[in-house]
Amino acid sequence: MATQGAAERATFVKGLGRLYGLYTGGFLAFIVALAIMEQVGVPNRVLGYFFVFFTLAVYGVIGVAMRTSQVSEYYVAGRVVPAFYNGMATGADWMSAASFVGMAGSLFLLGYDGIAWVLGWTGGFVLVSILVGPYLRKFGAYTVPDFMAFRFGGNFARFLAVVVLVCCSFTYVTAQIYGTGLIASRFLGMQFEIAVFAGLVGILLCAMLGGMKAVTWTQIAQYIVLIVAYLTPIVILSTQRYGIPIPEFTYGFAIAEITAREQQLVKDGLAVLCTKEACGPGTLRPHIQPFMNYTPLNYFGIIFCMMVGTASLPHILMRYFTTPSVREARVSVGWSLLFIFLLYFSAPAYAAFSKLEVYTNIIGSNVASLKPWLFTWGELGLIQICGKNAVNLDAAIAACKAIAGHPGVVRFQDFVINTDVIVLSTPEIAGLPYVISGLVAAGGLAAALSTADGLLLAIANALSHDIYYKMLDPNAPTVRRLTVARVLLFFVAVASAALAATRPSDILAMVGWAFSLAMAGNFPALVLGIWWKRTTTTAAILGMLAGWGICLFYLVTTRYFPQMGITYFGMTSLLNPETGKPLINIAQIMADPKWVDQWPALATNPLANRVGWFDLNNINCGLLGMPLGFLVMIVVSLMGKPPPMEMQALVDEIRKPRGKTVLEEK
Amino acid sequence: MQKTNDELHWKRTTNLMLAHLFIWFFFGYIIHMFVNVLNQFTVPILKFPLGFYMAAQGSLIVFVVMLFVFAWQQDRIDRQHGVAEDD
Repeated sequence: MATQGAAERATFVKGLGRLYGLYTGGFLAFIVALAIMEQVGVPNRVLGYFFVFFTLAVYGVIGVAMRTSQVSEYYVAGRVVPAFYNGMATGADWMSAASFVGMAGSLFLLGYDGIAWVLGWTGGFVLVSILVGPYLRKFGAYTVPDFMAFRFGGNFARFLAVVVLVCCSFTYVTAQIYGTGLIASRFLGMQFEIAVFAGLVGILLCAMLGGMKAVTWTQIAQYIVLIVAYLTPIVILSTQRYGIPIPEFTYGFAIAEITAREQQLVKDGLAVLCTKEACGPGTLRPHIQPFMNYTPLNYFGIIFCMMVGTASLPHILMRYFTTPSVREARVSVGWSLLFIFLLYFSAPAYAAFSKLEVYTNIIGSNVASLKPWLFTWGELGLIQICGKNAVNLDAAIAACKAIAGHPGVVRFQDFVINTDVIVLSTPEIAGLPYVISGLVAAGGLAAALSTADGLLLAIANALSHDIYYKMLDPNAPTVRRLTVARVLLFFVAVASAALAATRPSDILAMVGWAFSLAMAGNFPALVLGIWWKRTTTTAAILGMLAGWGICLFYLVTTRYFPQMGITYFGMTSLLNPETGKPLINIAQIMADPKWVDQWPALATNPLANRVGWFDLNNINCGLLGMPLGFLVMIVVSLMGKPPPMEMQALVDEIRKPRGKTVLEEK
Repeated sequence: MQKTNDELHWKRTTNLMLAHLFIWFFFGYIIHMFVNVLNQFTVPILKFPLGFYMAAQGSLIVFVVMLFVFAWQQDRIDRQHGVAEDD
């Protein structure tokens, strides 16, 4: 029996290899074909449509072909996904529009300090593997709330876990749909709102009919598109500049050039250096100089919160429910990080190459000689010259003329670029053919769609499986359960698209917040639930409430009700990381309540909040929530009676890979 | 008192967890606290300042390798205590 099963599996895995190999070859051939079409004069707009619709069609076909009417296939892809492929799917699930589009931009803007995000978004997988993931696989749940309910006495814990899950996933998925809208409107010339709903159709095609099964096999296809798209432009740039096609090795030279150029700019009076005495907006912070944008506390805080958040985010954890065994779940985490690493260790190279281009070709050049690609982004409000959106050359010249004593060449402080533009515009900055731009757009779409699929599935599954099936109607037949799951998926997707279409300004900051909220709400309960048999139900519930509550309180107060925070909760101004001076004058600010609206709020913006406790950025609110959660759980557990022996025996069962899953789902 | 097989298995698992947690903490945090010191050195051939390099690539490589080593070590422990799954 076992040998026959093994032989079947080997054929299955081999077939997968052939299929995805063919697919990759086909995709590369498709790029070459489009490159040839460009050379013979097919217009750019048409190429853009080809890229977007061809890739969307492929995802749609996979999604429809993988439709299913089996519950276990819908929720956990039938638990047959090999470690290697699950790693690839997790990579696509993990790398969102923020990673693909925003990460390199943040590194461009923040230099060394931006690497906190790279470290934070990779190191977390170590925690997934050693503390949580494989044990949840052995437990055999369909969703993370399933585990909470089982371990911590039923539906109240389940409900709390669903609230945490929905709260951190919903804003996250909205950001993905926002990202698809941004890319589609730029490359297809669609109206933003229409582009958002076009992206929605793509997402629903993948996820609705086949659930986890369809999403898994689509995400693998999306990973291949996104990694090819991400690496191609910088491989070309690296070859052009240094003759070696491995940008990750050559950007050390680029960094040396950037450092030299920075000193030159300051010497020529084209930039003002950020110093201990004065470090306002628009001053130059050298690329490799640490802790100029974040204080060390916030730098390490971001790393810690993103890492622990990774190990607490339900849409990531549930990917490891799909492997055939606990052993493969562990190996699969390794593959996941390897595939994620390929993109993340390239992001700093992206940042360095485009920074060098900007420093040599834009800063210090005559305003009248600016290149036309700039203005296509300026029209969208994403590039500013001399404080005004650079809609066209005349506007840019007029804006600079309006500044008293402007020298007529672009100075460092005159050029402001939205971080989302860096990756999307690098091919244009470097003068590469349009086919590369189209490829990058397709990659960005793949990244946004794959993450959106995973998140939507996590939300809809929690609502259909945990709320509807487990809490409202435990006797529901299979057909009705799957119908409810699909209908809920549809409505959640439409709701987030509707929210994305309003272009909420805080959306990118919210992605960072999702990690802290997940960490404060889930992490202590997951870890203690597995590693400490003594954890009691009351303790877990109180701990989740306390940790998650304080994190949410800190976020909302510092961001939306700072006056209340100052008046009632003893919050003070955050400090400038370089000069150590307060960012705001509390007394003056309290007199003018409009100040909140004037803050920029980007995930990577060090100033998403300006008041708080302990000089702590609100993205790091998990630093308050998680320790409190642990403390409450440990203290309350020790005060109560230990959990019953049966429960302790079941925890023992989770710790041993051998044997049946603890929870036998139907 | 003699420890049962399960208890021994869990003790070894816990020790492995702690060891990897320490390496994780070292490469995730401690080494980056000395970034300014490390930046005075340059990676040979590649020309990166060492502190920058460790954050942008070094630590990431360690994490990836760690995960495969961990999967292998934990599987070995499981097999030695007879609690591994059938192949």
